[in-house]
Amino acid sequence: MACIEARGLRKTYGSTVALDGVDLRVEEGRILGLVGPNGAGKSTALNAMLGLTPYQGELTVLGRNPWTERDQLMNDVSFIADVAVLPRWIRVSQVLDYVAGVHPRFDRAKAERFLARTNIRRTSKVRELSKGMVTQLHLAVVMAIDARLLVLDEPTLGLDILVRKQFYDSLLNDYFDRSRTIVVTTHQIDEIQEVLTDVMFIDRGRIVFGCSMEAFESRYAEVMVHPEQAAAARALRPIHERQVFGRSILLFDGVDRPQLAALGEVRTPSIADLFVAVMGNRTGDAQGGTR
Amino acid sequence: MTTAPEILSDSHGTPPAALTETRPMYWSVRRELWENRSVYLVPLIGIGVILFGFLISMIRLPQKMRGLSAVGTARQYEIVITPYNFAAGLTVVMAFIVGFFYCLDALHGERRDRSILFWKSLPVSDRTTVLAKAAIPLAVLPLLSFVIIVTAQLVMLVVSTTVLVGSGINPVVLWSRLPFVQMPLALVYCLIAIALWHAPIYAWLLLVSGWAKRATFLWAIMPWLVLAAFERGAFGTSAVGKFLQSRLIGWFAQAVEPRTPGHSPLASLTPGTFLSTPGLWIGLAFAALFLAAAVRMRRNREPI
Repeated sequence: MACIEARGLRKTYGSTVALDGVDLRVEEGRILGLVGPNGAGKSTALNAMLGLTPYQGELTVLGRNPWTERDQLMNDVSFIADVAVLPRWIRVSQVLDYVAGVHPRFDRAKAERFLARTNIRRTSKVRELSKGMVTQLHLAVVMAIDARLLVLDEPTLGLDILVRKQFYDSLLNDYFDRSRTIVVTTHQIDEIQEVLTDVMFIDRGRIVFGCSMEAFESRYAEVMVHPEQAAAARALRPIHERQVFGRSILLFDGVDRPQLAALGEVRTPSIADLFVAVMGNRTGDAQGGTR
Repeated sequence: MTTAPEILSDSHGTPPAALTETRPMYWSVRRELWENRSVYLVPLIGIGVILFGFLISMIRLPQKMRGLSAVGTARQYEIVITPYNFAAGLTVVMAFIVGFFYCLDALHGERRDRSILFWKSLPVSDRTTVLAKAAIPLAVLPLLSFVIIVTAQLVMLVVSTTVLVGSGINPVVLWSRLPFVQMPLALVYCLIAIALWHAPIYAWLLLVSGWAKRATFLWAIMPWLVLAAFERGAFGTSAVGKFLQSRLIGWFAQAVEPRTPGHSPLASLTPGTFLSTPGLWIGLAFAALFLAAAVRMRRNREPI
């Protein structure tokens, strides 16, 4: 059963096309990273899934239409946008009171336990907390909700690396249990590479790449090629090449590892490296098309 | 759109209907009061000032009461009742102003500070949210006004009785003139009448608050002023102005028929006339329309 299923998802703001026919399917129990440049349509896609924005096309989240059934859907979906969405006037205790009041699947004791590990005082107002603390608070609330889908839209934006690391550690250790689904967008994609089970690239409103991390690791290989073997390596048709300290690093798609090992040091590329390769090729295509 | 299969919702068990309906409403109203403490602080501070003024006027009370025996019954009643009506009237006006500005910000502020994304991440429908916000001026403020006014009037009664007894005057003149039971009853009636009469105003303000990107006050007021100015310039009439005036204070002419002083306050109430005023029902219809539109706005509009 798919957790999220979209077919021909479109969204335009005036003449700007934010989503240009997105097809995607996210199975339950996956952790999907949605990667794309600014303005690629990541947030718009997430907002559509959360019933925050109207759209054209077909979209089903946990079997519901998010636009018409947002309130029921939110019984099963949790959502963290960025650190700025918790109202600044609210007290920590009021956040807990309110969510406990309106959310049938909120376990207050659990949230209190998460908060006990932090320096957040119940009497503080959100405006008195640091950015990192606000994120911890929001995460504590969300992790105490027994949801089936968690959507994270740049949840660690503007936070330092320690808080970011802590955020994803808690998420994995205390929350994710293989029956829940997590969809996350972030610019610090390399930091969560080990966390993800799937990755998708989105560009100009379209999904341009998508695969599971297992497939990613077996398909893609990066080789730091010895200069004398550069020509031989290029004959294997790398999808991307870059120079680091005078040496060529070539990225291959679906080439046997033993074959590559003869050319130099082989390793699994980072998602960011593949992203640069895929996006670079796309820009090239676009330019080639207009030439 | 594909039709939603219903298989999934059962695995976690659906929450009971009562929980899904009333609890979010209750917590949404509480949430509004957490955020907008001015809703109760302003009337409380206001009544405090009024009571302080009343306290000062106590210096002149013994002298005034001695003079009362000289004037007629009607005049006696008027003198005794005036401060009580004054406190009530001012509280009602304060509640209106507070409700006015509350509504202007209610659906705008949450978009401005992006907290709408947090509220919308919880299983509370847009309808519940908008109705909870509408409940502040239509239910919470009238209820609060009632409590404040009755308490203030009791305080005034106790204070003036003490002053009178202290200066050797029998307070029976005061007590015999005050309609103890009828006054709160008439107050309840008036507060309900005002809330119903003003409902379209609050609903309009909520709608503008949910629609406008900025300057909610201007958007709420200017169209009416421009319309009134246009009408005056083009036709030399002032129907729009009269309409606005009747929306603000027209309830009084329909709900109350001032009698000669000395009558029971209840005798001057005309609920029959009020309930058969077309303006009341047309207004309520518009209020419902505006609120429905505000719910749509809450659903469609994104953070500013």
